[in-house]
Amino acid sequence: MASAHDDSHKKWGSWLQHHFQEPVQQFETAKLGMWLFLAQEVLFFSGLFVAYGVYRTAYPEAFEAGSAQLNRIIGGFNTCVLLVSSFTAAMAVRSAQLGKKNQVSLNLVITIVCAFAFLVVKYFEYSEKFEHGLLPGNHFAPHMAEIHNWVEGATGPVTEMPAKTHVFFGIYFCLTGLHGIHVAIGIGVLIWILARNMRGEFSKDYWTPVDIVALYWHLVDLVWIYLFPLLYLI
Amino acid sequence: MTTQTTTHAAGSTAHGHGEVDYIRENTSPLSWIVTLDHKRLGILYLVSTLTMFMVGGVYALLIRTELLTPGRTIMDPDTYNKVFTLHGAIMVFLFIIPSVPAALGNFFLPIMLGAKDVAFPRLNLMSFYVYVLGAIFALVSIFTNSIDTGWTFYTPYSQTTSTATISMTLAVFILGFSSILTGVNFMATVHKLRAPGLHWKRLPLFVWGIYATAVIQVLATPVLAITLLMLLMEKVLSIGWFDPRLGGDPVLFQHFFWFYSHPAVYIMILPGMAVVNEIIATFSRRKIFGYMFVAMSSVALALLGFLVWGHHMFVAGMSEYATMVFSALTFFVAIPSGVKVFNWVATLYNGSVSFQSPMLYALAFIVLFTIGGLTGLFLGTLSVDVHLHDTYFVVAHFHYVMVGGTVIGFIGGLHYWWPKMTGKMYSEKIARIAFVFIFIGFNMTFLTQFVLGSQGMPRRYYDYLDHFQPLHGFSSVGAYVLGVGFSIMLGMFIYSLFKGEKAPPNPWGSAGFEWATSSPPIMHNFHGTPVIHRGPYDYHLATEAELFDGFPEDLPATAKPAAAKPAAKQAPEPEPAKAAAPAPASREEEE
Repeated sequence: MASAHDDSHKKWGSWLQHHFQEPVQQFETAKLGMWLFLAQEVLFFSGLFVAYGVYRTAYPEAFEAGSAQLNRIIGGFNTCVLLVSSFTAAMAVRSAQLGKKNQVSLNLVITIVCAFAFLVVKYFEYSEKFEHGLLPGNHFAPHMAEIHNWVEGATGPVTEMPAKTHVFFGIYFCLTGLHGIHVAIGIGVLIWILARNMRGEFSKDYWTPVDIVALYWHLVDLVWIYLFPLLYLI
Repeated sequence: MTTQTTTHAAGSTAHGHGEVDYIRENTSPLSWIVTLDHKRLGILYLVSTLTMFMVGGVYALLIRTELLTPGRTIMDPDTYNKVFTLHGAIMVFLFIIPSVPAALGNFFLPIMLGAKDVAFPRLNLMSFYVYVLGAIFALVSIFTNSIDTGWTFYTPYSQTTSTATISMTLAVFILGFSSILTGVNFMATVHKLRAPGLHWKRLPLFVWGIYATAVIQVLATPVLAITLLMLLMEKVLSIGWFDPRLGGDPVLFQHFFWFYSHPAVYIMILPGMAVVNEIIATFSRRKIFGYMFVAMSSVALALLGFLVWGHHMFVAGMSEYATMVFSALTFFVAIPSGVKVFNWVATLYNGSVSFQSPMLYALAFIVLFTIGGLTGLFLGTLSVDVHLHDTYFVVAHFHYVMVGGTVIGFIGGLHYWWPKMTGKMYSEKIARIAFVFIFIGFNMTFLTQFVLGSQGMPRRYYDYLDHFQPLHGFSSVGAYVLGVGFSIMLGMFIYSLFKGEKAPPNPWGSAGFEWATSSPPIMHNFHGTPVIHRGPYDYHLATEAELFDGFPEDLPATAKPAAAKPAAKQAPEPEPAKAAAPAPASREEEE
C-alpha cells in the first residue's frame, strides 16, 4: 500500500508535493482552491457593486451625468484589450496541455502586453478626469467648460452638475481602482508563470500553475465586463 | 459501516518504526519560523492566539475594575472607551476567530482526515504571517493613539474621532485575509485529501464544523474586507457613501458590517460546537446520536447565518417590514442550534459517561450555550429588543455564546488534545480546580449582567446610577474569579510541558482517528496512508487495542492483552465479533 504511494512519487517529477498521492489529486485540489478564492473575490467586489446599486437608485441623475463624462470609445477599446488577453490566456493553457513550451510563452507575453496596455489606457483616462476636476467626494470640482452635456439631444454648455455627482466618481474610482490593482497583481503572477515556463518547469504532465493563473485572469476580465456597461454605458 | 475490519493504519510502513515526532524532527528556531507543517503552524497559532487572549483578558479586567464603583475608579472616560474597544477588537479578531479553526483546526483537521498536511502548506504559512502582520498593525494602532469606536467601527463616529482608526481598520482588513486563506485551505483539504475509506458520512464532526466555518470564512469575510476598505476610502477621500453630509447613509455601513459580522458569530461558535461533539462522543463512549443531523445543523447554521444580519439593526432605522422579516428568520436559527443541544443530550443518555476535565468543559458548554441561545430569542423578538437593545443584556447574551460557548469549547478542546499535541499529561486535579473557578467566575460575571441589562443599564457606559453598584460590583468580582481560573489553567499547562507525565497515544480511550497516531504525532502524521474502515464514533467496531493500548504502530511486537481494562468503558451495544483478531493481525502485517 505504501509502495503505491512511493511509486507515484518516483514516477512523477518533483512537482508532485509530498502530501498528494496522485498528480490528478494535486491538480484538482489546486483548481478547487482557486475557484474558492475566486468566489471570495466576487464577494470582495460585491460591496462596491451594492453601493453602486444603492446610490444609482438614490441619485439617478447624478449617475447619468457622471456616466456621460466617461469615454465609451476608450472604455470599449479597453474591453477588447482584456477580451483578447483572456483569449491568449486560455490559449496559453491549451498550449501547456499540449506541452508546447514556446507557444505558452508567446501567449503569456501577449496576455501581459495587453494587461499593460489596459493600465496605460486607464492612466490616460484617470489623468483626464483629474485634470477636469472630476474627483471623488470632497475633492469634486468639475471644470464646467470641459463637461459633456448628458441631456439627450442637447449640445449647449453645461452650467451645473447634479448634486451628488461626486458619489458617482467616488464609486467609479474605487471600482476601477480596485480592478486596476487586480490587473497589476495579474501582471505580476503572469510574469512569474512566464519565467517558470521559460525555465522549463511545465510539461504535458504538469501545467497546473498556468491553468490556475489563467483562471484568475479570466476573473479580472469578467469583473471588467460588468464594470464597463455599469459605469460607461448605462 | 458494518464492516468488522477495524484497523486504521492497516498496512506496512514506508518509514519504519522509531520515526521522530514533529517537535523533535528539527529543533532549530528557523525550522519553526518557516515551517510548512500544519502541526507546527497549529502550535504557532495556538501560542499567538493565547497571547492575544491574555492581552484581551487584561483589558477585560481593567473594564471590570473601572466599573466597580460609579464615577472614576481607575481611569478617565476616554481611556475607558479605548479599553473596551481594544478588549472587543482583540478578542474578536485576534483571538476568537482564529482560536479553534486556525490553532486546533490546523493541527487536527489533516490528522482526522488521514492526510499528511493541509491542501496548500505554503498558503498555510502565509496565512499565519498575514495574521502576524495584522497583529502588528493592531499593536501600532494601540501604541499610537489607540481607538475608541467600539469594535464595530460605526460611522459617522469612526470618521470624526481623532484616534488611530486607520491602522486598526487596516489591521482587521489584513486579519480578514488570513481568515479567508485558512478557509480556502481547509475546504480544499476536506474535499480532496480524505484518506481512502473516509467518505462524507464518516467524517468526524469536528471536521464538519470546521468545514462549515470555512464556508463562512470564504464567503463572508471578503465583505468585511471591502466594507473596511470603503470605510478607509471614506476617511481618506470623503467619497460620501457613509457620510450623510455628502449624500451617504450610515445605515448602509451597518448593513455591510453585519453582513459579515453576523456570519462571523457562526465563524466563532461553530468550531466550539465542533470540539464539543468530539469530547462528548469520547467521554460517553458512544456514537453521536443523530450524526447526520448534527453534521447538517452545522451547515444549516452556516447558511442561516447569512440571512439574519438585520437583527443587529432593529432600532437603527430600517423599515419595519424588513425588521419583521429579519426577526422571523432569526428564530429559524434556533432550529439547528436546538438539534445540536438535543442530540448531545441524547448522546449522553445511555452513554457510559465519565467526567474528566475535557468533559466538564463540554457539559459546561451545553449549559452556557443553551442560556446564551435562549436569551438570543429575547433579542430577536422585535418588541423586547426595543427595551433590551444596547443594554448589558446584549453584553451578557453575547458573552454567554462567545465565552460560555466558544472559549469554553476551545479550552475543552485544549484539555482534550493537549496530550496529543504536546505528548504530555497535565494534572487532572488542578484542571478541575481551574474549571470550578472558571465556571463559577463566568456565571457570576455575566448572569448578573442579564439582570443589569433588563433593569436598563446601558452597555459601554463609563458611569452609572448608584443603585446598580451592587450588581456591577458582583460582576467585577466574578471577573476576578474568572481571571484566577484562567491563570491556574495556564500555569497548569505550562507546568505540564516541563514536568508532565508522558502521554500515551490514546489517553481517553477514544475511537477518533486523531488518536491513531503517536503522541505527539510523527512528522507525516501516520506511517503510510491510513485506510479507514469505520466511523470515528463507532465504539462497537473499534478494537480493544485501538481504544486502550494505543495503536498498532506504537505497540511492541507482542500485543498486550486488552482484557485487563475496565469493562465499563466498552460500548453498550453487544458485538460478539468485537474482540476478533483484526488488530493483532494488522500488527503482524506491519512487522
